[in-house]
Amino acid sequence: MPSLLFELGAPGRGNDFVSPAGNASAFLDRAALRADLPLPDLTELEVARHFTQLSHRNFSVDTNFYPLGSCTMKYNPKLNEAVAGFPGFTDLHPLAPDEGAQGALQLLYHMERTLASLFGMEAFSLMPAAGAHGEITAMLMAKKYFTERGERERITCIVPDTAHGTNPASAAMVGYHVVSVPSNARGRTDLRALRSKLDPSIAVCMMTNPNTLGLFEDEIVEMTQAVHDAGGLMYYDGANANAIVGLCRPGDMGFDLMHLNLHKTFSVPHGGGGPGSGPVGANARLAPFLPAPVVARDQSGAYYWDDERPRSIGKVRAFAAHFLAIVRAYAYVAVHGAEGLRRNSQLAVLNANYMRAKIKPFLTVPYADTCRHEFVCSADELKKATGVRALDLAKGLLDAGIHAPTMYWPHVVPECLMIEPTETEDQRTLDAFVEALSALVARAHEDPAALRQLPLHTPVRRVDEAQVGRLANKGVGLRWTPARAQELGTTSRSTRAKLESGP
Amino acid sequence: MYTPHTNDEIRKMLEAIGAPSLEALSDPPKGLAIKQPLDVAPALPEAQAYARIQAMAQDNDAARMLSFLGAGAYRHYQPPAVPYFAFRSEFLTAYTPYQAEASQGSLQAIFEWQSYVCLLTGMDVSNASVYDGSSALVEAMVMASQATGRRRIAVSRAVHPAYREVLATYARGMGIEIVELPVDADGLTMMPEKLPEVAAIAMQSPNFFGVIDEVARAGAAAHAGGALLVHVTVEALALAVLKTPRELGADIAVGDAASFGLPIGYGGPYVGFVATTKEHVRRLPGRLVGETHDVDGRRAYVLTLQGREQHIRRELASSNICTNQALCALIATIYLATVGRKGLTEIACRNMANARALATALSEVPGFGIAHRSPYFNEFVLRTPHPAAELAAKMSKRGVLAGVPLSRFYPELTHELLVCATELTSQHDIAALARALAEDAKHAVAAV
Amino acid sequence: MNLPTDRLYTKEHEWVKLDGATATVGITDYAQSSLGDIVYVELPKPGTAVTQFKQMGVVESVKAVSDIYSPVSGQVSEANADVENDPAKVNNDPYGAGWLVKVKVSGPDSLAGLLKAPEYQAILDAAQ
Repeated sequence: MPSLLFELGAPGRGNDFVSPAGNASAFLDRAALRADLPLPDLTELEVARHFTQLSHRNFSVDTNFYPLGSCTMKYNPKLNEAVAGFPGFTDLHPLAPDEGAQGALQLLYHMERTLASLFGMEAFSLMPAAGAHGEITAMLMAKKYFTERGERERITCIVPDTAHGTNPASAAMVGYHVVSVPSNARGRTDLRALRSKLDPSIAVCMMTNPNTLGLFEDEIVEMTQAVHDAGGLMYYDGANANAIVGLCRPGDMGFDLMHLNLHKTFSVPHGGGGPGSGPVGANARLAPFLPAPVVARDQSGAYYWDDERPRSIGKVRAFAAHFLAIVRAYAYVAVHGAEGLRRNSQLAVLNANYMRAKIKPFLTVPYADTCRHEFVCSADELKKATGVRALDLAKGLLDAGIHAPTMYWPHVVPECLMIEPTETEDQRTLDAFVEALSALVARAHEDPAALRQLPLHTPVRRVDEAQVGRLANKGVGLRWTPARAQELGTTSRSTRAKLESGP
Repeated sequence: MYTPHTNDEIRKMLEAIGAPSLEALSDPPKGLAIKQPLDVAPALPEAQAYARIQAMAQDNDAARMLSFLGAGAYRHYQPPAVPYFAFRSEFLTAYTPYQAEASQGSLQAIFEWQSYVCLLTGMDVSNASVYDGSSALVEAMVMASQATGRRRIAVSRAVHPAYREVLATYARGMGIEIVELPVDADGLTMMPEKLPEVAAIAMQSPNFFGVIDEVARAGAAAHAGGALLVHVTVEALALAVLKTPRELGADIAVGDAASFGLPIGYGGPYVGFVATTKEHVRRLPGRLVGETHDVDGRRAYVLTLQGREQHIRRELASSNICTNQALCALIATIYLATVGRKGLTEIACRNMANARALATALSEVPGFGIAHRSPYFNEFVLRTPHPAAELAAKMSKRGVLAGVPLSRFYPELTHELLVCATELTSQHDIAALARALAEDAKHAVAAV
Repeated sequence: MNLPTDRLYTKEHEWVKLDGATATVGITDYAQSSLGDIVYVELPKPGTAVTQFKQMGVVESVKAVSDIYSPVSGQVSEANADVENDPAKVNNDPYGAGWLVKVKVSGPDSLAGLLKAPEYQAILDAAQ
């Protein structure tokens, strides 16, 4: 059982990093200084063992298959890591003069041009730090666009009922009233229902294509047309771009604004929850509102930051971009080219359809059409027959060393499992998943109670979320404190000694 | 390439699916096929791609120059142990820790990050990170507005200009008014006689001018008016020695922890933190990791209070944030573990010592002086005899990044240069800058 | 599930028990069971006016958040501090110790449209 850092160490341990300079009181008045700094001192070996052991308690793409729908957990190439580590990039200050940053600016400029072309947009801002950040950036742009036109009555944002939670959250943050549009029996957003929701208050309609059920919205052009006719804007959530790169473009579908997730489609690693990068694209009408500054090129061919953008919404980040994330995405594009990117999309779609075909015989696949890069299946029938739920199947997969698929979303499918294998997985891996899932379903019929005990072989088993939730609402249990460690009965000997010896 | 499929495998898989071809499955409806050639460079073999990007990296002269730039991105020593462990595959290529059983490594590391942030800021709870210090300030603005029901906040003009710009972008979109508090000749924020009714006062310390600002005084004014105090940290290293935001009266402590082992990387990624008192825990944006037990009684970590987040609450979420800066928070956590209390304190003191040595050397160059009499941490404003923007440009042509001209952000401050010294600034570096400034001053005089 | 017959119900799964002019309000066993382990309740403060069938609070579980709609119109006279402190009571005893608020009912009209136990049971049966 790994200890917490705060239960390890002893005062004075650790390397000498700098030559000593005296006490803080030599430089500042004592009244300005803190009394103590209660952080642990550890040897480098303690640090090494701690974090290496922690790393062994994680799933990761490099160790496990992650068929997570809408997350695009493809392989993260190590070339990306190498180039993102060049000192010419890591040591470059964001406020350095443009003349001294030509290499970085060139990379950003070409990345921007590439994305604009790939997705049919006039221009991209590389500033937003993540997909949701891109979404709110686009919402702010839409709001400014309508304000400039004097159309202040446009306050509604339409999202399909299958939308990712960040969509309505982003819209609500800028004060838009969110209206939901249902999906039809074919799993597509209902065009008639969408039309019925269009009135003069429409500002933005946020959609993704393929949608989160993995189905191509074949009436997308009619939809973008309808929204435009009503005076609204169309926003493309790029989370599912892995199905379309090099095959078709949101700009051609009629989208005005969009974001991308470089940590999904462009192989930038997830890092356990970030950092990502969420570039925002705009057509010619909306491009002037993009965050400033943008990278430009002057007549001599030199690159520079262009801050002369009077209609821009301004900054959404203190500095211009998650540069080191974009370097990784640039390397990914560099080794693929347009042809390679297109092939990746095709193979992503192939892998998803293969899994869908193999799973159909034993688990409900609610929609008849072939899918794109992801598909959904439902454990609802299984639950009715045996009591075993999607959650239990997901936990059972962990024992097989496979990360669970996305669960319980979209809400339109009960006991939903959303599966996206990506193009970097081979048939053997896909077959192993199908076999594991099939075995779990079979076991569910024989011995449902056993499945509620799973997983058995992970570092911890099912956790008590109620206990922590109740305490967390009171602001307790969200950090280490000596008192909490004692309560949980996991105090190490040295910490207990510290506590017993008093403050 | 990274895909494994042989033609034979593709054929067999298509058969299993019952589809005639890849195109049949993945092509868009006819009207949407891409009609023009795409503006994407042809694919390069890996070794060539490496060389091409390496050349771009080498074409950044400023990365090699002697630098005294700070202003929100600080050059610090990164102990090799930090990237060595942070970039382990199991951390780097892991997904968001929604499945606790599969993510105890990431979850415990985030719990340790949250704990460190609380210990450094004196706060009760911290979240798992936000994009950067500027977005942390935005979240604080939203939290304070929700807590008080007021739609106006006061922000010191000494808060980082880029942070204020970001705040303004969101405030405009959310219908929140920003009132600016002016700065005096000593680089300290001035409290107005009568503070308008605001949700919060936001103060940065050390502030953009490097000055240790009068945060406690602002806190008293805020609380007297029923507002919250938001403390902003841009140079996280200062937290090692200065009074904690909590001690200064902060209700919400935000900032950027990039100084804890993250490369300056031409602007990012960095790592924002948001910490607060128990009272405001439910208003915290983003992810929170809590400590609990599993069914076998083992200590376990898990994402909690997800009811506040976008994937459950959707349009009623406290924030739209999803992906945050988990790996950057891990880097900062490993840095803090590696340097420890002892190392962090020594590094902070070395910063202060070097900055004072720099100040002494520069104020001895004829025509130059320290602009503010106030105490500072590792950054200060140098008064220049000629416009600072021109001076900085000339210096950079000589291969020295002397500092950030304040006129870039405060147009009226034409003869002021923001300079920074860290533990990486040597005596030699200081002497070189002093010499360069002295020589330049001589030439300027001669040219007149 | 055995529904107490001494009270009325709503289709949003709240119950209301009248005692003179004071109504005690809570959520049903079905509601607490669907939500799962409840970790937080947000209740209106005493003195707050509530309108029948309009949102008056929130119940949050580990995996979901649910609005509570007031079954009656009137003014909140008491919020159950025990339940705010220990939300598990709503799971363990939804019809007893897990009550949420007491409301001083504003008039007989504010009781219109409520369901008797068998009618509410019929809704539950249809949902299965």
